Amino acid sequence: MIRSVFVLVLGVMGVSAVAQKYSLEKANVSFFSHAAIEDITAENKKVSSIFNSESGEIVYSITINGFQFKKSLMQEHFNEKYMESDKYPKSTFQGKISGFDSNGKGVQQVKAAGKLTIHGVTRDVEIPGTIEKQDNKLVMKSKFMVKLEDYKITIPQLLWQNIAEQVEVTVDFSYKPQ
Amino acid sequence: MKKLVLSLSVLMFALSVAAQDDLMKELEQSQQSDTDYAFQTFKGTRLVNGHTVETKPKSTLEFIFAHRFGPINGGAYEMFGLDQAYVRYGLDYGITDNLSVSIGRNSVDKTSDGYFKYKVMRQSKGSRNMPFTMVLLGGAAYQFSPKKNAAPDGFENIDRLSYVGQLLIARKITPGLSLQLMPTLVHRNAVTQLIEKNDQLALGVGGRIKVTKSVAFTSEYYYRLDVPENSPYNNTFGIGVDIETGGHVFQLVFTNTRGLTERAFITQTDGDFADGDIHFGFNVTRTFQFGQKK
Repeated sequence: MIRSVFVLVLGVMGVSAVAQKYSLEKANVSFFSHAAIEDITAENKKVSSIFNSESGEIVYSITINGFQFKKSLMQEHFNEKYMESDKYPKSTFQGKISGFDSNGKGVQQVKAAGKLTIHGVTRDVEIPGTIEKQDNKLVMKSKFMVKLEDYKITIPQLLWQNIAEQVEVTVDFSYKPQ
Repeated sequence: MKKLVLSLSVLMFALSVAAQDDLMKELEQSQQSDTDYAFQTFKGTRLVNGHTVETKPKSTLEFIFAHRFGPINGGAYEMFGLDQAYVRYGLDYGITDNLSVSIGRNSVDKTSDGYFKYKVMRQSKGSRNMPFTMVLLGGAAYQFSPKKNAAPDGFENIDRLSYVGQLLIARKITPGLSLQLMPTLVHRNAVTQLIEKNDQLALGVGGRIKVTKSVAFTSEYYYRLDVPENSPYNNTFGIGVDIETGGHVFQLVFTNTRGLTERAFITQTDGDFADGDIHFGFNVTRTFQFGQKK
């Protein structure tokens, strides 16, 4: 009996040792909006994330006013009128990645399912992506569409410069073991 | 012994559940606190007639076309002021995100003006806490009126110059409400000594209330300190509506002054708002971006 307890304790320790957590080393989140008058892109490096490769759990948080636009006026409008970053300073995701094999090689197709919060609105989403193991690092990439309407992001009527109804978000994360 | 095994398994399970919930907390704790700067305390670089703490970001150029009609109490013969017009054309340019320069021409007294605006501090919260944004403004104006041969005896060209120094202090109190204080000194090289002073101090107050994301109400008042007793001039007051549409800001204003330089509207406002000497007018701006911001 003592032995089985010992094995179990060892097991518990083993599990916690294997439960490898990764945190961000480098990140780039960008979005692209294609519209009749002009295409708009913005990039953000103010991102933090933790990924647990054992359980597949992933969380990330993006600081909204960290999005850098080519035109400063657009950046002001983005914060002031669309995202209301005074009120909703962060966008977060909390979920689980399935399809990742921590011993696998090459680029793996994975899926993240969980809760995406933008502009104070939380929705259940499923986002496809890839993970590639490079030495002890993980590179995670994903591209998905966000419909502005889904997150109650309204375009002021007076602003007739065209904004697409949905924007393409590209996520490029590089993780290192914690 | 079985109990021990069971309780250990329960503990293990509990631990793994707790780990799920804690990942977000762990992330929040690992985040360094950034400095969040207040942006768009005001929509434009002008409040009504005077300046706001807003400067143009680096490499952006703003064209301002401002316009004041005659007084509304001019009656039907003057089409309630619409028959007359006073204009100012101007350009504001951001040399850095904190320093911008401005030039303009105002038809009132045929004045050419130039300003610099320097952001001394920016309102922020987070790791760096600043309660307000402070901007230093300096400007000079040269009036070409009166014409040389029409000028009184002894009137030199240097008498055409006036200067303004201003401290603009503003706080975006909530996303919808911003207030501004503007202690101001206007120096004029030549004045009518009996009714005016060369150095006129004034304290301005102003603010804006956002009605929708693109529309805001604004107001501005300059109180002149220690005014000569028999001064025929009034303190300037104005209210306005800001409408922002993409690269444009439209400001519709009602004010008791025609002038659009500090010399004119702070020291020589002849209209009395209460008597109906109200000028309708607008400021229209268009912003252009040169190069790409980095």
